[in-house]
Amino acid sequence: MSARPASFRLGGRSYSPAASLLLALPFLAMIVLAFLLPLAMLLHESLFVPSFSLANYEKVFDQAVYLRVMGRTLRISAFVTVITLLLAYPLAALMARTRGLLLAILLLAVLLPLWTSVLVRTYAWLVLLQRNGVLNDILSGLHIIATPTQFLRTEGAVVLAMSHVLLPFMVLPLYAALRSIPDDYVRAAQMLGAGSFSVFRHVVLPLSLPGISSGCLMVFLLAIGFFVTPALIGGPQQMMLATLVQQQVTEMLDWPFAGALVGVLLLVVLALVLAFNRVVRLDRFVGQV
Amino acid sequence: MLEGTRLTAADRHDCHVGIHDLCKSYGNVLAVKNVTIEVNPGEFLALLGPSGSGKTTLLMAVAGFDFPDSGRIEIGGQDVTWMPPHKRDLGMVFQRYTLFPHMSVLDNIAFPLRMRKVGRAAREERARAALATVRLDGYGDRAPAQLSGGQQQRVALARAIVYNPKVLLMDEPLSALDKKLREEMQVEIKHLQRELGVSVIFVTHDQTEALTMADRIAVLNFGELQQVGAPKALYERPASAFVAGFIGETNFWRARVKADAAAGEEMEVELEGGDTARVLAAHALRRDQAAQIAIRPEHIRLEANADGVTGGGMTATADDAIYAGSVTTLLVRTRGPTLRVRLATPGEAAEATPGGVLSLAWEARHARAYAAP
Repeated sequence: MSARPASFRLGGRSYSPAASLLLALPFLAMIVLAFLLPLAMLLHESLFVPSFSLANYEKVFDQAVYLRVMGRTLRISAFVTVITLLLAYPLAALMARTRGLLLAILLLAVLLPLWTSVLVRTYAWLVLLQRNGVLNDILSGLHIIATPTQFLRTEGAVVLAMSHVLLPFMVLPLYAALRSIPDDYVRAAQMLGAGSFSVFRHVVLPLSLPGISSGCLMVFLLAIGFFVTPALIGGPQQMMLATLVQQQVTEMLDWPFAGALVGVLLLVVLALVLAFNRVVRLDRFVGQV
Repeated sequence: MLEGTRLTAADRHDCHVGIHDLCKSYGNVLAVKNVTIEVNPGEFLALLGPSGSGKTTLLMAVAGFDFPDSGRIEIGGQDVTWMPPHKRDLGMVFQRYTLFPHMSVLDNIAFPLRMRKVGRAAREERARAALATVRLDGYGDRAPAQLSGGQQQRVALARAIVYNPKVLLMDEPLSALDKKLREEMQVEIKHLQRELGVSVIFVTHDQTEALTMADRIAVLNFGELQQVGAPKALYERPASAFVAGFIGETNFWRARVKADAAAGEEMEVELEGGDTARVLAAHALRRDQAAQIAIRPEHIRLEANADGVTGGGMTATADDAIYAGSVTTLLVRTRGPTLRVRLATPGEAAEATPGGVLSLAWEARHARAYAAP
């Protein structure tokens, strides 16, 4: 540690607090101007226009349709989080043990979708799931179904497509966490009498918790605000919150009510994140291997 | 110390480890070649060798983390060559600190007992006793990261002995510690091993560590077993030039054998530079064969100031004297190599002023001749 605790070291150089602030300024300005300020304006509008009232918020809870959208958003996001976690963990564990060409291929398989536009991937799911799409063709070809089934506009389809789109955001933090667990811990556990399952249960799983928690948070938060995929795959029947907010703003021009929806969502998410952190105890890992 | 950890005679029998004709190669590199070593019950065996000598490969095979290409490993009379590590009932302390960071010190020590389905109360009691054995009472509730390196390795040791394993494996456990702490821990581990009567296989590249701790040392080089023996035997009668050079300090002097000699026979050689000396053949040597003479610095005698040469001594010039408190090391230039001569008494050292002409001598039994590679 440097003698002056207020300075930060980077690349062997030490920056004064003023210089540090200057370096962070473009980022801070961006956050304030493009995120915090519009958010504050939106929330202000929901509460204080024309004068202070909670009417907009009452509307959210009064009408069943809005609560349904809110509930669906949280439910779909939770499903997507669980599904991506279950799919990503074995893959990340495999990647953590792999070296060389195979690792490069696996990484590419994870990253390639990430580099592809969400729109493109969502349209791909449309092609797969539509009434005369690939999935219906296969199922009727195998005589499992007689007439084409409606896959689109179902909650299942939305969960499926979103899980696919968001999978890399779960794989990467899990991979980073699993990769950083030294082999020696696994060996020590084996030596002390732990079989494969015990090694996983008592050593690998707890040590990968930081990765699990950051992956889950990232996917859950991205899912809650997801727009393109639910809008295209789910349609109005499976409307999620982002679509509702967009509708209120662009079609109803009801900015105050959109602000109230955002405000409620913000509170729910903050509460969930705090609860999650309490369960996973992120702080326990700070300063350790 | 630890209630009930002292092994009975029957248990001791289980502590025997046999490594038979072990071979292991990685790609086309032979890491271990036909190594056979027996570890007797209650014995402290050091596997000593430079990096790449195969000592770690050997330990990994005993631990079960790696499987040999051929050969057999037995523990307590049972063939364990293909048994997974968690069923071998061995204890192990690693080079790096391997305490689980998400468990308290006490939970770490109790972990192997938990794996063996020992009840919670018994688990905690035995873990506390083991913690006391390594003199860390009261540290049980701390996180491993709050302990120093030495303390962490002591906890690792407690964790490795708490379930009374048949054999304790140690993979350079002290190499990350500073010198003073390392020396303390060497004594401590040795005491603990005697106390528990457990067999230990201790991998190290540090010959001093091996000499200090081991009952017997197995010296490895390039995957081949060079010699197994008690520290004293290895130091006094090294079987090869490698062992002579690796254990303790040795001067080498190239020479030519003057007449055939059997192993253990004294003979005459012509040293590089032209001097003639009497040496002991470490193994059978033929007339005119190129040899290497190994002589320890403390076995070279200085024979006064020798303008007129005394009794068959070799003339040499003192180059430099390195003072190290209790001993002084003199660098002397002969007609062959420059030798290191250890002088124990201040009187001897005083005579040997740099630039002075000296006469060197040794007893033939101390100068061992090996075939030159």
